[in-house]
Amino acid sequence: MADVSAIGKKLKKKFPNAVTKVKTFRGELTISIDKDYIERVAKFLCGDKASNFDYLSDLCGVDKSRLGSSNTFEVVYHLYSLKKNHRVRLKVEIPASNPIIDTVTNVWKTADWHEREAYDMFGIIFEGHPNLKRILTPEGFEGYPLRKDYPLKGRQPDSLREVYRKGKE
Amino acid sequence: MTEAATQQVMSINMGPQHPSTHGVLRLILELDGETVVKATPHIGFLHRGVEKLAEYKTYHQFITLTDRLDYLAPLSNNLGYVLAVEKLLNIEAPKRSQYIRIILCELTRISSHLLWLATHALDIGAMTVYFYCFRERETINNIFEMAAGARMNLSYFRIGGVARDLPDGFVEKVREFVNDFPARLRDYETLLTKNKIWLMRTKDVGVISAEDAINYGLSGPSIRGSGVKWDVRKSEPYSSYDEMDFIVPVGQNGDVYDRYIVRLEEMRQSNEIVRQAMDTIPKGKFIAELPDVTLPQKENLKKSMEALIHHFKVVTGGICPPVGEVYACVEAPKGELGFYIVSDGTKNPYRVKIRPPSFVNLEGLQKMVEGHLIADVVAVIGSLDIVLGEIDR
Repeated sequence: MADVSAIGKKLKKKFPNAVTKVKTFRGELTISIDKDYIERVAKFLCGDKASNFDYLSDLCGVDKSRLGSSNTFEVVYHLYSLKKNHRVRLKVEIPASNPIIDTVTNVWKTADWHEREAYDMFGIIFEGHPNLKRILTPEGFEGYPLRKDYPLKGRQPDSLREVYRKGKE
Repeated sequence: MTEAATQQVMSINMGPQHPSTHGVLRLILELDGETVVKATPHIGFLHRGVEKLAEYKTYHQFITLTDRLDYLAPLSNNLGYVLAVEKLLNIEAPKRSQYIRIILCELTRISSHLLWLATHALDIGAMTVYFYCFRERETINNIFEMAAGARMNLSYFRIGGVARDLPDGFVEKVREFVNDFPARLRDYETLLTKNKIWLMRTKDVGVISAEDAINYGLSGPSIRGSGVKWDVRKSEPYSSYDEMDFIVPVGQNGDVYDRYIVRLEEMRQSNEIVRQAMDTIPKGKFIAELPDVTLPQKENLKKSMEALIHHFKVVTGGICPPVGEVYACVEAPKGELGFYIVSDGTKNPYRVKIRPPSFVNLEGLQKMVEGHLIADVVAVIGSLDIVLGEIDR
């Protein structure tokens, strides 16, 4: 594993307002990004020669509302560089009441389904996504199952049963 | 999207009940004659909410659920998960257990690739290979049964090691398999590799360039078929893989045939890894002795009151890792399998995100089949080696 600590500093130099926090835990670098900058930061990290994060390993949502008192969601990006063999984690906090963030599908095409899943599970809206529809749950599903306020044994309303049986008209 | 030659585009539904979609995958194919204009995968038929369930399980309990992700390679899933928790706890499994993990994970890889080869060949019309592969897979299942007591959903790995030591006769049985297997592989190759029909069905079908493969996030044999030499076992070695000597096979053209060649060679390499690990397996403990994490030995429970209390404490109280988050990934048979765990310091994980390789690999399907014939769709799905259990979770 290459040393990644320089990436945080470099990013801070390039986008002074974007980086809100840099943290290392168990040897993994986590950079918190302001939500307005995510697309620009993603483009920069992907194209920059020294960091060269050409591979998006994973993208997911996290509901932070049971951690402390902050009522926020987090979008977490796991980036990997095939050439440099290093990883970094980007985190963006967005308010749970208005979960909107820019898409990164035009940087990594693989983000398409990951973002759809995050939308499906948390209701996070990725602005500019080409096809933001539910992916794992069926059409007409109500609620966002991975939010902390969604019950484990959540039930769908009876009115949907007919829709599932007959299929969409 | 490819320009349609005529304006008569027909939509055809393929799956979810279709033998060549390897589970409950549904594709909406828009066809112009026999040419695929657009392919839209619909997934989620097997969605069980594993990530939601994880938030209500203790760290130990979740191991059994990981078996049910990629049910053809349960031990690779176990390993990915326990490595993530071990990273979170900042502990390391004893050397012997790391070697046991290598042996079993490589056998899992062979088993998974055998099932892939069997069904992939059957999809394209070569039936003999199917019977051959299942014969070898049966032997591997017997080996698993010796070690774990189960044949399919093993749940054999534990946080900090493995459930129990290898039984007597295990090494001999595996050695027998390892010595036989290269000849078996040659059998498969004589049936397929230079077979004219096989070549016509797989050469230059489902081509994806290295650049696209990276952008679409493919991993495992699917990206290596395009010539990208990347294997998590080599680039970020875990569980003593750095002590094993093996090569990472890559293809050139990124077509179905190259992915086939890569997987066949991988089986050969895995076989050699098993052989090396068996020759050099160290003696010692099979699970770390960490009172607040690992369970006491089952035999002691009947004899020692302290062991019983200890067992009760770990099972009911669970383990409480420090607040933090980790991402750990392994090279599963299908590609990079990652676990992202957020801990809030309690006995239940706050959030578990699974990065399933098949989910991401399937995303590249559209790119590979558009503009090609409908019969090629079957070949391409087979060459991606998807398992719906981990796609839908």
